[in-house]
Amino acid sequence: MADSIDTRFRHLRSHTPEHSNHPLAPDQQSVELEPIGLESAHVRVSRRSFLSGIGATGLLASAAPLSTAATVEEPAQEQTEAAGGSTITLRVNGKDYTLKNLDPRATLLDTLRERIHLTGTKKGCDHGQCGACTVHVNGRRVNSCLSFALMHEGDEITTIEGVGQPGNLHAMQAAFVEHDGYQCGYCTSGQIMSAVALLKEPIGPSDDDVKQAMSGNICRCGAYTNILAAVKQVRSRA
Amino acid sequence: METFNYVKAPNLEKALASANEAKFIAGGTTLVDLMKLHVETPKTLVDINLLPLDKIEKLPDGGLRIGAMVRNSDLAWNDEVKKSYPVLSEALLSGASPQLRNMATTGGNLLQRTRCMYFREPDAGTPGGYGCNKRTPGSGCAAMDGFNRIHAVLGTSDKCIATHPSDMCVAMAALEAVIHVEGPKGKRTIPFADFHKLPGDTPHIENALEPGDLITYVDLPKPVEGAKSTYLKLRDRASYEFALASAAVVARVEGGHIRYIRVALGGVGTKPWRSREAEAALMGKSATATTFKAAAEAALAKAKPHKDNAFKVELAKRCLVRSLKTATVTA
Repeated sequence: MADSIDTRFRHLRSHTPEHSNHPLAPDQQSVELEPIGLESAHVRVSRRSFLSGIGATGLLASAAPLSTAATVEEPAQEQTEAAGGSTITLRVNGKDYTLKNLDPRATLLDTLRERIHLTGTKKGCDHGQCGACTVHVNGRRVNSCLSFALMHEGDEITTIEGVGQPGNLHAMQAAFVEHDGYQCGYCTSGQIMSAVALLKEPIGPSDDDVKQAMSGNICRCGAYTNILAAVKQVRSRA
Repeated sequence: METFNYVKAPNLEKALASANEAKFIAGGTTLVDLMKLHVETPKTLVDINLLPLDKIEKLPDGGLRIGAMVRNSDLAWNDEVKKSYPVLSEALLSGASPQLRNMATTGGNLLQRTRCMYFREPDAGTPGGYGCNKRTPGSGCAAMDGFNRIHAVLGTSDKCIATHPSDMCVAMAALEAVIHVEGPKGKRTIPFADFHKLPGDTPHIENALEPGDLITYVDLPKPVEGAKSTYLKLRDRASYEFALASAAVVARVEGGHIRYIRVALGGVGTKPWRSREAEAALMGKSATATTFKAAAEAALAKAKPHKDNAFKVELAKRCLVRSLKTATVTA
């Protein structure tokens, strides 16, 4: 069981030391989102940075103007007073991150992913309709796509990376593994962030209450039955 | 998204002073969404999340004062609201998702904007885009002859048929809430019925706020002694969906007769729809199915359906009848 959890949660790791020197390691999550262009031959290529590079050169440019801008305009350290941007400190998973030259348009979601490189939080619809971007702000679950990062100085932000780690899973993470509460896994971090939050919310005891409380998280694969089983298990043991 | 200046207001005075040409941002659930769609393009955003308007307090006259920054989830789960104004708690919990309710505020929900898909098109109201008189007065209304299944049947005009989307507002209309506003001209209060505007010839003007105004509180009058209240919402899914029709009812029945009644409808009106016609058909009458049916007919008598939304007329009637039944059941 422990081995299986370790393997299956490998994608939640921020680093995979055994592969860190391999340029094309499949699990490479040491993301380099400093300016990426196809002309920068020395840039370490991971699946994620490769896709981001394509986005920055125009394939996806019309679909995601903000994330493109965030990728391209990542400032050098010395440009602290560059025009327009603000410098703020965000507290995420108990750690302070000082972000220089932050575009006011940067959502909390994009900032977590593109600037702090915590890519466990996912971007689905980007309009507060799917729940993939769910994080906790001061202990309450919110859609990080509908909030600007500048609004969160002084807040205690928790992402899926802060909830538990391989070898030290939160009970809800372990329950999702045990009950197979996902198929493709894209919505999973948002589902788990919602499920962890609802443990402290005054919702009723029934299955219907759990379904209502989880209705802000859409699962396109339809793993709802297993998600419900996972949430019920943790609630019953809480 | 267009860029903007961001200002964090440390207190009410600073917020009001920075309000010129700016938009206030609280939860952001409507505003950020619409900024991404280029529907909202504020030059300056004034963040009001530090303002101390996040309390729910009993008023000396027995009413309840709700700060504009009180989050939807906190309001829905407040003990006093659950006990004395269940219609409001039920309406709030029927809206959006738990994440959105943790963000959305009382003041912001009063200003929630329509889900009309033509209004939400990035280039609506521009040459080459869909006509939208709400976006650009005089540009037309694409919904009028377009896909209008979700659109309004009450309070429409030949300029706009966009539905008001809020559930909270429907409950507040039935509760006769009073909105407190502070702005360049000082403080004032606006009765709920006067806050939202009918589209008429000016669908771009949605409420009674003037430039620089900030909503500070919403007051609920003292709960009506012996009254029951309920909110029923009908929609395409069981949760996380906007209303096709909804009804908020506050009723007191004595000896089988209706002695107090307030009715508001959602999902069918261009504003939160207080139905004085239904109330007139109910007041003093016996609480029977025949009375409820007559009230529902009265509420929808002036309904003007379009191509795809005629079903809403019957749906709203049945929704109201069912709510009246629930609210008038005596133990």
